[in-house]
Amino acid sequence: MAVTTIPSPSPAGADPSLPTVERPAPARLLKRPSDTRGIVGWITSIDHKRIGILYGVTAFTFFLIGGFEALLIRMQLATPNGKILTAQVYNQVFTMHGTTMVFLVIMPMSGAFFNYLIPLQIGARDVAFPRLNMFAYWLYLFGGLFLYSSFLLGGMPNGGWFGYAPNTSITYSPGHNIDFWIFGLLILGISSTISAGNLIVTTLNLRAPGMRLLRMPIFTWMALVANFLLLFAMPVITVALFLIMFDRQWGTHFFDPLAGGDPVLWQHLFWLFGHPEVYILVLPAMGIVSEIMPVFSRKPLFGYPVMVFSGIAIGFMGWGVWVHHMFAVGLGPVATSAFSVSTMLIAVPTGVKIFNWLGTLWGGSLRFRTPLLFAIGFVVMFTVGGLSGVTHALVPADRQQTDSYYIVAHFHYVLFGGSMLGIFGGIYYWYPKVFGKMLDERLGKWHFWLTVIGFNLAFGPMHILGLQGMPRRIYTYSNSMGWNLWNAVSTVGAFTIAIGTLVFLINVRKTDQHGLPCGDDPWDARTIEWTTPNPTPEYNFLELPTVHAVDDFWHRKYTEDDAGRLVKVADSAQFIERRATADDHIHMPSPSYYPLVATFGLPIIAYGQIYRLWAVSIIGAVILLGGVFAWGLEPSTEPPDPDEIAASHEALELGAGEGGTRELAAAPSSASAVAGSATAGSAGSATAGPSSEEPTDG
Amino acid sequence: MADITLDPPPGPETPAAHHHPADAHHATATGVSNEKMMMWAFLGSECLLFGALISTYILYRHKAVHGPTPHGLYDIPFTSVSSFVLLMSSLSMVLALAAIQRGDERRLRVWLSTTAMLGSVFIAGQIYEFTSFIRRGMTIKTNVTSGAFYVLTGFHGAHVTIGIIMLLSLVNLSIRGKIPQARSEIVEIAGLYWHFVDIVWVIIFTVVYLIP
Amino acid sequence: MTTTPPIPSTAASGGPATATDPATDASLAAEAALIERHEHPSDGTYILIALALAVVTAAEVGIFYLKSSSVTTVVLLAMMALKFSVVAGYFMHLKFDSPVLRRLFVAGLVLACFVYSVVFFLFGVFHV
Repeated sequence: MAVTTIPSPSPAGADPSLPTVERPAPARLLKRPSDTRGIVGWITSIDHKRIGILYGVTAFTFFLIGGFEALLIRMQLATPNGKILTAQVYNQVFTMHGTTMVFLVIMPMSGAFFNYLIPLQIGARDVAFPRLNMFAYWLYLFGGLFLYSSFLLGGMPNGGWFGYAPNTSITYSPGHNIDFWIFGLLILGISSTISAGNLIVTTLNLRAPGMRLLRMPIFTWMALVANFLLLFAMPVITVALFLIMFDRQWGTHFFDPLAGGDPVLWQHLFWLFGHPEVYILVLPAMGIVSEIMPVFSRKPLFGYPVMVFSGIAIGFMGWGVWVHHMFAVGLGPVATSAFSVSTMLIAVPTGVKIFNWLGTLWGGSLRFRTPLLFAIGFVVMFTVGGLSGVTHALVPADRQQTDSYYIVAHFHYVLFGGSMLGIFGGIYYWYPKVFGKMLDERLGKWHFWLTVIGFNLAFGPMHILGLQGMPRRIYTYSNSMGWNLWNAVSTVGAFTIAIGTLVFLINVRKTDQHGLPCGDDPWDARTIEWTTPNPTPEYNFLELPTVHAVDDFWHRKYTEDDAGRLVKVADSAQFIERRATADDHIHMPSPSYYPLVATFGLPIIAYGQIYRLWAVSIIGAVILLGGVFAWGLEPSTEPPDPDEIAASHEALELGAGEGGTRELAAAPSSASAVAGSATAGSAGSATAGPSSEEPTDG
Repeated sequence: MADITLDPPPGPETPAAHHHPADAHHATATGVSNEKMMMWAFLGSECLLFGALISTYILYRHKAVHGPTPHGLYDIPFTSVSSFVLLMSSLSMVLALAAIQRGDERRLRVWLSTTAMLGSVFIAGQIYEFTSFIRRGMTIKTNVTSGAFYVLTGFHGAHVTIGIIMLLSLVNLSIRGKIPQARSEIVEIAGLYWHFVDIVWVIIFTVVYLIP
Repeated sequence: MTTTPPIPSTAASGGPATATDPATDASLAAEAALIERHEHPSDGTYILIALALAVVTAAEVGIFYLKSSSVTTVVLLAMMALKFSVVAGYFMHLKFDSPVLRRLFVAGLVLACFVYSVVFFLFGVFHV
């Protein structure tokens, strides 16, 4: 049934042929949001693409904050006897820098890519549980804000991003700093676990016809492995956090040696999470690099199945190496040797990937555009970081390296030189898909070179400093140590990175203001997310695709002649879908307030716990429960018009109804026409609003 | 994907064409429903959670420096009855599911309520047990063993309590006619959670109570 | 259960709604469908299983009162594992459901057993 709406007056410049969104509001306690415009549209959106953009923008904001913290550190350490930060403040700054970069930047940045791309790469319209997806994002934002609220409430967490007991016990960390860290991470952990489950179900269940597992784009594969790691690793740190919380709040002794507790248990629990965590941090970026390189070499990924299986191997083996963070704890030769061997072994699947990336580039018709530069940057920098990692695997060597700047160098090479460069590559590569415009190439290259040069200046010398004995986590050093030169160089590097980041921001602004819409397949890409118009329409695919091969899109455009040369058989334009019109009836899940409402509950519970105000915690619990219940009773999709409501009541008797737990509603499939695009960058936004429909026939 | 239909090209259609019986098997790529898979993924993750708590208990079981420890205070007959009660609640749960899969909404409510009641009896038993321990001087902060004990059983009890709330919500929904035979899967999924909580107790009972 | 109607095939998208290689996933889907429709143990079976579990529990408690040794510990753990598997396999229907679900759960279970056993070794629980 085609339900036509009386189009609301469209904003100037909107294309009148664009269909209008209608989301009528049935009578309910909280009127179901129906407007996809403006702030309300973004706040109540359950669209995976909008949520992906929210993750990305929020994560980038935290990147700037974490980067600012890094600059503070580098200013303090630029010279001996620095006076910029006191020791107490320094502890907060380096703790928040690490916590921010790991939990509030890289993980959510990966989340941005997961959310935006996975449904598109597997040929789906959204994730399995859109409202859960929304909930996970808001938990992330509120968790981050909660963490940073400590700045105004007595001091930010100061026990390191790893929170070692007994330093974080109430004896040695009185005050609420660590409590904010604990509860903040608990909230963020819930967000990550929910998101991981959601994306696993999405990836396994919502693949389009023909999209076998071994035909999925490699990014989706790496995301799947990372999401499994998240699903299984987060509970471990959750327990660790609860135990230290009980020690601090309720007087237990889990990590108090005098009472029979063991601080080493904290380390085990933390690193049991922490090591899979670093693969969570890097696998998505590896997936991004594996997407970029084939496109810009115009060759398939070298050894696609091997890349998949090495990613899976990394995921498995990542659970068997955590003690390498504890080589200096005194666990004995048997333990340390065993983990030394396992750590060396895990370099193998990673090395395999490096060779396969080189094999992808080799003999390719290379186009050195910004995404490829960042991808190559990843491979080189990550190799350096991986090599220093291998040196840590040697226990006697690690005895000297551990807790020194050599380690700081290693993890920045793999996390910044690796993950962040990969992420930047992904931003430049998929920018046209998300926003319909390409970032400026010249500014992109400036960004790249400033970042890479600055990065190597900042972190290269740290290898030397570490081997010269400079310990981590010290707020200053004396003039006589001989560390002055390399610290100064490092600080110059840090500021160079900052300038590079500024160039990136200028690029984004310039593109937003003056960028011209690019085509739908600007990179001549390989995977099916590029078969939708740019920017991606709200409904993703007009018709869900059927997939016949890895790099399905590429194979529709090109084939090879007998000599192995590429032969173009069809133009991209033939396969890019047209945009939907009012005659297409594509039904999408409805936006919702309730996940956002429920989100408020958790930080309130946390504040109540920190300040021992049980009434506050109970209020938070009520909000959380109320929000969740209302969410559960709300159908995932609203019925579209009175006739449909009547019909769906009837169907309710037969059991096709709404209500019950979330996401269980039948799709009383309406003929809600869908707007052309609801993403930020497009000119004609969806017009919605109280629509009075006139049911028509067809 | 749950709610997306791709309508055929425009033509005269009736509203009924857009309604489908609720248990039309939706075309997920694996044949398993999204909700069920999500619950199993969550339960897999819970293995790591309870594993950490159980391990902490095992590690600290003999490390108490002073004060009464759980082993000295257990009333095994009492706890055995509690365990039996929880086990039987799994039976009533599965009977509830079987009932609604046959379309018997009344029996569904009977067995769901029974399950919730048995679960509440279990929780009452836990509360009784804990208060008696506390009266005899073993609190959460007495020593590391007691701490580990209370945290582990406390987490488990919290899970049971959430389960009871879920079950009662289902009873409520059923009373309002929202759980017909075609929507039995929601009962199945709640059942999965409930049985999991039961098997965690199977482990706790053996490892914490029975093994010295 | 979500009530998605199967994605109808249009001329353009063609093909059945099963998303993967017909050989593996049609069989998975068919298996799942079969299971959903046919293989439910009867009420009587469930009651019998519950009784058996109760008997095992009683036996466990009985063993508790014996002099404890490594043998009794092993037996207790074996009985625990038996009850675990029976509830998971029958009450939770894992035995009859799609293998995907079994793999998901067992992955978490095996991983937990593995990593925490290693932690026990490192803390000397096994007196190695």
